[in-house]
Amino acid sequence: MSQRPPRFLLGGRRYSPAASLLLAAPFLLLVAVVFVLPLATLLHESLFVPGPTMAHYARAFDEPVYLRVMLRTVRIAVFVTVLALLLAWPLAWVMSRSRGLGLALLAAAVLLPLWTSVLVRTYAWMVLLQRNGVVNQLLERAGLIDEPMRLLYTEGAVVLAMAHVLLPFMVLPIYSALKGIPEDYTRAAQMLGASAWATFREVIWPLALPGVTSGCLMVFLLALGFFVTPALVGGPQQMMIATLVSQQVREMLDWPFAGALVGILLGFVLVLTLVFKRAVRLDRFVGSA
Amino acid sequence: MGLPDGMKGRVAVQGLVKRFGPVRAVDHVSLEVSSGEFLALLGPSGSGKTTILMSIAGFEFPDDGRILIGGEDVTWSPPNKRNLGMVFQRYTLFPHMSVLENIAFPLKMRGVGRAEREERARAALRTVRLGQMGERMPSQLSGGQQQRVAMARAIVYQPRVLLMDEPLSALDKNLREEMQIEIKHLQREIGITVIFVTHDQTEALTMADRVAVLDHGRLQQIGVPRELYEKPETGFVAGFIGETNFCEGTLQRAAMPGDPVSVTLDNGGRMEAVAAQALSAGERIKVALRPERLRVEPGGTDGMAARVSEAIYAGNATTLLLEADDGQVLRARIPAGAGLHEPRPGEAVRLSWQRADARAFMAGS
Repeated sequence: MSQRPPRFLLGGRRYSPAASLLLAAPFLLLVAVVFVLPLATLLHESLFVPGPTMAHYARAFDEPVYLRVMLRTVRIAVFVTVLALLLAWPLAWVMSRSRGLGLALLAAAVLLPLWTSVLVRTYAWMVLLQRNGVVNQLLERAGLIDEPMRLLYTEGAVVLAMAHVLLPFMVLPIYSALKGIPEDYTRAAQMLGASAWATFREVIWPLALPGVTSGCLMVFLLALGFFVTPALVGGPQQMMIATLVSQQVREMLDWPFAGALVGILLGFVLVLTLVFKRAVRLDRFVGSA
Repeated sequence: MGLPDGMKGRVAVQGLVKRFGPVRAVDHVSLEVSSGEFLALLGPSGSGKTTILMSIAGFEFPDDGRILIGGEDVTWSPPNKRNLGMVFQRYTLFPHMSVLENIAFPLKMRGVGRAEREERARAALRTVRLGQMGERMPSQLSGGQQQRVAMARAIVYQPRVLLMDEPLSALDKNLREEMQIEIKHLQREIGITVIFVTHDQTEALTMADRVAVLDHGRLQQIGVPRELYEKPETGFVAGFIGETNFCEGTLQRAAMPGDPVSVTLDNGGRMEAVAAQALSAGERIKVALRPERLRVEPGGTDGMAARVSEAIYAGNATTLLLEADDGQVLRARIPAGAGLHEPRPGEAVRLSWQRADARAFMAGS
């Protein structure tokens, strides 16, 4: 009997390239049909309709209205990322140092919203922030304001609601990075004379940085293309790029221009991702004695 | 500090009590370590040895008692203000810093300038014989090398005392023995006080000037290795350090430590021994007898009658498993090359011993 190597199994738990491709095929097919193909069509239209042209892209940068929307989108995404980071760090820290019931409760507080519809969470913010909503009522009753403030349909409301909706994407990577730092490192640092602040600055922060970076990147990228929350919590003055794209497609029926906006967003996201990845990797080798 | 050098590294633990819920992890422990001394805290897990070390380090605060270092009360100071060095059980080199950066870290925390930092870190690295490894990352070092770097990092700022929490337990046996000698040499060379926690009695006896034996949070005995082995003061110490045969019985008359006693064994026989602690009459007594102190002779009428059930040859000695007439199982060890009679399995023998080698304890101690 001759021995023949198995076709798919390379031994152990590794699969041959053919087997890997076969296993991933259903997913790849789905991505190709519902994501790559429509996106390619859209981008194609932005460059080749009516003929080969850069006019749609030029328009996005030439007209101040569109430029403002794009700048606002980036600004809101930055604020959302910073706010989410400020809220997520202490929470992730406490989670990484808790066990048992405490950890379960904290994890539930982070994960349950993630399993709730974005729409529901956004409506909840609308209830809280509207003219005679909970926040205004409380402030009035406390005597801090005389008449209801305008909270809904402001940029602040958009940032707050989006930071809340995206919070789990910040908490989870930071939590897993912090969880991976043994308590012994903190003890060793203290033993070696480091104050609490120095321990944070020299040991905890650098070791948690990969988690912080991926959390920030994830929240920032999701925020850039966010649609539901800014559309409902913000007014026309807070329009972000996703809403603009939707408007161009559904109301103006200007597919080529919508394609150009998508192309700009996509290009920005790609460049940013590459820069971030490079920055994080470099960070591992830089350091001072 | 205005203290003379001989005081700087002195550590005193006074009446230390630490409770975890209803459990007394440390129960009124007092001990003193002189400057430059190597003290081992030895005990099984749960004996309180690590809690004592963590209280000295400043990671645990006691419920009662004081801790003095160099004559100064540090009971309530945070760890970073105590100026102690510590090597942990698990590897704690910071993975994002090179070996040299790790060693320079405590100097950086003390505001030492960059050039001096590097110079002193390199010198410390040479002390642990890893001079060429400064630029490596910790993950590129073996376990033994990592612990040597951890040691360099713990001594580079010349702390008063070096605390070691089972630093060799993750290493394999050969490397562990090598490192024991290396740590001992290093400690003598720089004259630092070392407090070393271990559950390995051989390690404690090999390395330490004095050993403190703990059980259930209580200090059982503190002394030089020879004292602990030859003159254990509690039954626990006798059983924990080295191999021991225990024979149980009762005593007619109370005795003070050092008194000769005659113990009535459960089988009706008598056993001549020395009281190792205060013994009260009528209570259960156990007599400890080291295997190598048992004389095994063929025939005769003196001593305890027994039969050899097994003989285990181990090169430097032969261990005999003996069954006495009453069913009691004893071990005896016969050193090789001393020309002593080595009985075979099944042979009937007589066992005898010097009275001073049989030490009587209260059964519960």
